[in-house]
Amino acid sequence: MIYADNAATTKMSRVAIDTMMECMEKNYGNPSSLYSIGQEAKEILEDARKTVAEVINADPSEIYFTSGGSEADNQALLTAARLGKQKGKMHIISSAFEHHAILHTLDRLELEGFEITLLDVHEDGLVRPEELEKAIRDDTCLVTIMYANNEIGTIQPIAELGEICRKKGVLFHTDAVQAVAHIPIDVKRENIDMLSSSAHKYHGPKGVGFLYVRKGIRVANLIEGGAQEQGKRAGTENVAGIAAMAAAIKEMASNMEENAEKLKKHCDRLIEGLKEIPHSALNGDPVKRLPGNVNFCFEGIEGESLLLLLDDKGIEASSGSACTSGSLDPSHVLLAIGRIHDVAHGSLRLSIGEDLTDEDTEYIISSVRDTVEYLRSFSPVWRDLMEGKKEFIL
Amino acid sequence: MALYSEKVMDHFRNPRNVGVIEDANGIGEVGNAKCGDIMKMYLKIEDDIIKDVKFETFGCGSAIASSSMATELIKGQPVSEAMKLTNKAVAEALDGLPAYKMHCSVLAEEAIQSALEDYRNRKENK
Ligand SMILES: Cc1ncc(COP(=O)(O)O)c(C=O)c1O
Ligand SMILES: [Zn+2]
Repeated sequence: MIYADNAATTKMSRVAIDTMMECMEKNYGNPSSLYSIGQEAKEILEDARKTVAEVINADPSEIYFTSGGSEADNQALLTAARLGKQKGKMHIISSAFEHHAILHTLDRLELEGFEITLLDVHEDGLVRPEELEKAIRDDTCLVTIMYANNEIGTIQPIAELGEICRKKGVLFHTDAVQAVAHIPIDVKRENIDMLSSSAHKYHGPKGVGFLYVRKGIRVANLIEGGAQEQGKRAGTENVAGIAAMAAAIKEMASNMEENAEKLKKHCDRLIEGLKEIPHSALNGDPVKRLPGNVNFCFEGIEGESLLLLLDDKGIEASSGSACTSGSLDPSHVLLAIGRIHDVAHGSLRLSIGEDLTDEDTEYIISSVRDTVEYLRSFSPVWRDLMEGKKEFIL
Repeated sequence: MALYSEKVMDHFRNPRNVGVIEDANGIGEVGNAKCGDIMKMYLKIEDDIIKDVKFETFGCGSAIASSSMATELIKGQPVSEAMKLTNKAVAEALDGLPAYKMHCSVLAEEAIQSALEDYRNRKENK
């Protein structure tokens, strides 16, 4: 089996599992309790806070543990919206291809009276800093642009965007769920005010993540209750999950460069191999992308059937086709980069893991090639294209 | 639990009656690339009996399986019987489809009906 859907979630690392097990067995105390097993749990929490803070060059006091990326995104947006509202600033800038944790929260804020501007992400899947600069107004309270896109893997010019926001005095949040522990991030150097992260994207457990908020910004609560997380996120902490997240991020961070190099080599080969399939195209910028992401469109076929047949061949991947999303529209990300419906349905995302081998890579290429060819052999769309009744797009 | 029933997967993996009929006397194409499923049905009808049927489909697993099953259900049947084919019959023969995939079986029904209509039109215009 070749698991190539690491952007959806990852397998927990050995060290994360071990850490979690040990913590569940031994450190069951409540971190808010004053006796020793409580205080030991508290210590585990604070060590974890230090570990994750270090990875993004933040201060431990700037880290708030959450239930994952979605919660962190919600909290970041709500925090900025609250602060904005107090000053009568009701304008928010984001991009057209954010994760739904951002887009749906923005929908809600829009109902509350905020005005939302979504920046174009162009055909290469990249936001243009100069377009951000033009979009910022006197009443802009937040800019939220994802660090790296979860479908097509494009890495945004975060440092430039951060600099513009800082200069203009606008809060800057980035959903870095796909980027943390995979590529270097420095919140200070890149002028990031808030950042979201999720443990299950870097071999940690599901249901745990963190929000970084720069010192001095008053965080808004999503969950009211006890005084945990500096009173900003109530609820007895998920100590074992947080400890496992720290163990996972630590291991990933210390191997980051080496991992990225390995993944990039495989992805470059995958891109080269898949490009040879006629009437196919890579989605997103070929260079400014996550080291483990490959996303293609194949004309004349539909993504779900491609995924099912690849699954039969032992390859697990994903697609932005409508039929995999349960709606009639293909992925909003592919539409945002200008892929029309006809080809957006035929997309394939491979998000490979660190343990992929050269043989796996070749096997993926030949399997995808054969499967695409097979599906085209009885596709009426492909027939029309081949017979010249319809024009090729790719 | 798997996404699809064993029956659906069987018809998806080994679709019956795939291809074209060069001298078809009834052809129907339904769906569009926008929604993600397109089906094309070819019928060869002799003495009001469906002697042969073939299909081509661009679409998801359930679209391919629905096309395949629909062709099986009408093959060898009189036209009058084929006209009674419903999406429900297709879905039931596949041991059910997920609710959000029922539209694929509707498409299969429409593709067959469209091909039968084409056959009738051709006959009338002769
Ligand atoms: C870019 C991005 N943001 C947010 C999320 C949500 O994270 P979580 O599943 O931890 O809530 C994901 C994961 O699907 C993601 O890829
Ligand atoms: Zn479908």
